[in-house]
Amino acid sequence: MTKPSYVYVTYIVTTPQKVWNAITDETLSARYWQRANVSDWQVGSTWAHKFPDKPADLVGEVLEVDPPRRLVLSWAYPSQAHDPQKVSCVAFDIEELGEKVRLTVSHTGLDDSNLLDISEGWPAVLSNLKTLLETGQTIPDAFSGIHRKPKG
Amino acid sequence: MDRVFKALADASRRSLLDDLFREPGQTLGALAARLDMTRQAVSQHLSVLEAANLIATVRRGREKLHYMNPVPIHEAHARWIAKFERPRLDALADLKQRLEGDRDDKA
Repeated sequence: MTKPSYVYVTYIVTTPQKVWNAITDETLSARYWQRANVSDWQVGSTWAHKFPDKPADLVGEVLEVDPPRRLVLSWAYPSQAHDPQKVSCVAFDIEELGEKVRLTVSHTGLDDSNLLDISEGWPAVLSNLKTLLETGQTIPDAFSGIHRKPKG
Repeated sequence: MDRVFKALADASRRSLLDDLFREPGQTLGALAARLDMTRQAVSQHLSVLEAANLIATVRRGREKLHYMNPVPIHEAHARWIAKFERPRLDALADLKQRLEGDRDDKA
């Protein structure tokens, strides 16, 4: 196993299925993650992170699907998707712990120039997801000051 | 949230987090060597940090790798700090509108 570049964990009072839906449902994902996650979620299918009617901001392939426990995606900016050095890998692990769910996001193989962007992005995504699932609301201005752009 | 603030209320634990931020994925042994602490002291601090969800761990073979997990700090930021930034952002927006309005008046 390659050593992950970053590992993020959040505990959410909810069910594994709701976390799975929040990651894979277009409408739900757009509520806490700005852009929607779009795919048919079959192994080998493409995956895109995008605003409606806009080109994708992130793209990748669905590598592993085990609902509602584990989802693994490859992950790249569209302009860099052809370069294996720039393609990273994100694993979502969803574990039920009593009335809580532990969601672990492991990001592996991040190119250095992308590290800072991603490290700024994930905590906002995960705390917004937690707030949405626990309260039905999202955090106002959750992404203020965070811009996700390819560098270099 | 109590656990987060209690875990952060200790200089050694803050150093451990700083070190994991600089170099993610370290083992207990590597951290003890770098920070000049006994393995036992580091191990105790890490368990306090893990209970507060300030570090995440991954097993790789026989090794346990440690990562700083900033999600609880982000939650504290969203709850207590981000809302105070709002008036400043509003003030800037007002200022922009006023200054741009002035320029329009003179044009």
